[in-house]
Amino acid sequence: MGDASTSAKGDLKLSNLTKSFGDFIAVDNLDLVIPEGSFFALLGPSGCGKTTTLRMIAGLEEPTAGSIHVGATDITYERPYKRPVNTVFQNYALFPHLSIFENVAFGLRRRGIKDVKEQVDKVLDLVELPHLAERKPNQLSGGQQQRIAVARAIVNRPALLLLDEPLGALDLKLRRQMQIELKWIQTEIGLTFVHVTHDQEEAMTMADTIAVMNEGRIEQMGSPADLYDNPKTTFVANFLGQSNLIKGSIESNGADSLVVNLFGQKIGVPRARSSAKDSSILVGIRPEKLRILPEGEATHGNILPGGVISDVSYIGVSTQYQVEMPWGQELMVFEQNDDGIAPLDKGDRVTLSWEPIFTFGLDGREDATAGSEVHVDEEE
Amino acid sequence: MRKATRWFSRNLIRIYAVLGFTYLFIPVLYTFAFSFNNSVKSNLVWRGFTWNNWRNPCGAPDICNALGNSLKIGVIATFIATILGTLIAFALGRYAFKGKGIVNMLIFLPMATPELVLGASLLTMFLNFGFNPGFLTIVIAHVMFCISFVVVTVKARIASLDPRLEQAAMDLYADERETFRRITLPLVAPGIAGAALLAFSLSFDDFIITNFNSGNVNTFPKFVYISAERGLPPQANVIGSSMFFIALIVVLLGQVVQRRRKVS
Repeated sequence: MGDASTSAKGDLKLSNLTKSFGDFIAVDNLDLVIPEGSFFALLGPSGCGKTTTLRMIAGLEEPTAGSIHVGATDITYERPYKRPVNTVFQNYALFPHLSIFENVAFGLRRRGIKDVKEQVDKVLDLVELPHLAERKPNQLSGGQQQRIAVARAIVNRPALLLLDEPLGALDLKLRRQMQIELKWIQTEIGLTFVHVTHDQEEAMTMADTIAVMNEGRIEQMGSPADLYDNPKTTFVANFLGQSNLIKGSIESNGADSLVVNLFGQKIGVPRARSSAKDSSILVGIRPEKLRILPEGEATHGNILPGGVISDVSYIGVSTQYQVEMPWGQELMVFEQNDDGIAPLDKGDRVTLSWEPIFTFGLDGREDATAGSEVHVDEEE
Repeated sequence: MRKATRWFSRNLIRIYAVLGFTYLFIPVLYTFAFSFNNSVKSNLVWRGFTWNNWRNPCGAPDICNALGNSLKIGVIATFIATILGTLIAFALGRYAFKGKGIVNMLIFLPMATPELVLGASLLTMFLNFGFNPGFLTIVIAHVMFCISFVVVTVKARIASLDPRLEQAAMDLYADERETFRRITLPLVAPGIAGAALLAFSLSFDDFIITNFNSGNVNTFPKFVYISAERGLPPQANVIGSSMFFIALIVVLLGQVVQRRRKVS
């Protein structure tokens, strides 16, 4: 690591980073600090600019404007091979003509390290594949190739490891296992991981901090729990899990709490959890936070009566209800099957209720469906 | 009757294959068989078996001189055409530049132009520029028509190369030169080798363009053509068959190497 820039350490800092392709702005004036040692996820649908951002950090794409720093070192226009950054590519990009050992040793050898055996063996042990050193990449399964791709990158101890949809090509079960393994490796070696994905569950499982990207901008950034419990935009509310968003108007503005009129029903929204800009508000509530009771039974908190069950799906651990409200909107309710009571039936009249602290408020002029369709396309 | 029909329908594809291969290989077999003919003057009628032609392949006057010329021209033309063609293929396959579409089309043109026209106009050009037709003009002509084939073959290989492999190499501290040497070139090499073989066989085989531009230099195809009028010596069959077997061995070796690479 003779080069000054390859030995740079510290936080990754993106300032006013912009990339446009002709008229299309892929990344729009991005400002972001990723602390050293963190597991950071850039989450968003395809075309949101997350991969372009990653490629600019790797040096595979030149920014139109802005800068990239690792610690105090400016790497904005540095060649990719002079950056303290290594990438795990989407389809692994293992060199097909080289053995697994030589694939892993590639970065070490290019940096002029003569005795690579010890380091390569050590990292192959870490990914638990020391017996495959002499094989060629095409003789390995997808999961094994994935681990070799990780090994080939981390053996160089970069300041920053970039992961571009690294688990996208694996089947669901293997993906779960690799999520846990990657998280473990990150904790073990303490490198900064920047992980790009469209899979919200993957991001939530692994990352300390998630930045949700949409149309080249960061919609919201925070811990997985923070983003899930307190989304600030309809896009985040719909893209991370599912949300019921109900249009209402703010009637009075208390010190801690807003009173909102939802189609004639008054409910409370914690003031701190509302991003409404004027009296127009979208009231958000996660499906599993809703209680569903047969009409007439006593309940408390925020209450919406007059629902009719239009669909019931029994999923083992929970039952999912679609409830049609008097104003025509379908709300979703997930109920844990932990009370031994038989699920309600289609056509039953029900009352929905929930604790006011679970309510979040969004700007009423936003598109209530933003971010809700994108998952479906992506999974195909 | 029914049984016969069923057998026929079941084996239809095999019968078809045997007929197809017979059609393809009868001329080769014929050439090979007649290389053992104890011929007098012309090699058209079977006059008995002999090893003489194989023992003395240079027995016919000027045949080995012509063969030597063809081999020399083939090697030189292949060498130059492969290098130039590979460079063009990389330019076309990897970089965006003004006029790329036109260059792509122009590269196809020599393949589409009738050889007679190419040969005749090349001769006109050489004479206009004061070149005497001979060894050099043959090489120039062969390089010209081989380049297109090299470009097309190598470009196909480059197109199938995942650009992320080169990006991965750069990401792993290899600069442009190292990336080309360690990743790009080894992965494109089979395509370049294939292109070189193709160029050599095109050059070795060419009669029409060569005939226009060779002056009094003799090549193997020219020798065969000219002597066919008076009666082809069986040594031509010996050399023809040998070329066929050498090509066969090269192909088989290639497959063995590939299979071994996959296994190890």
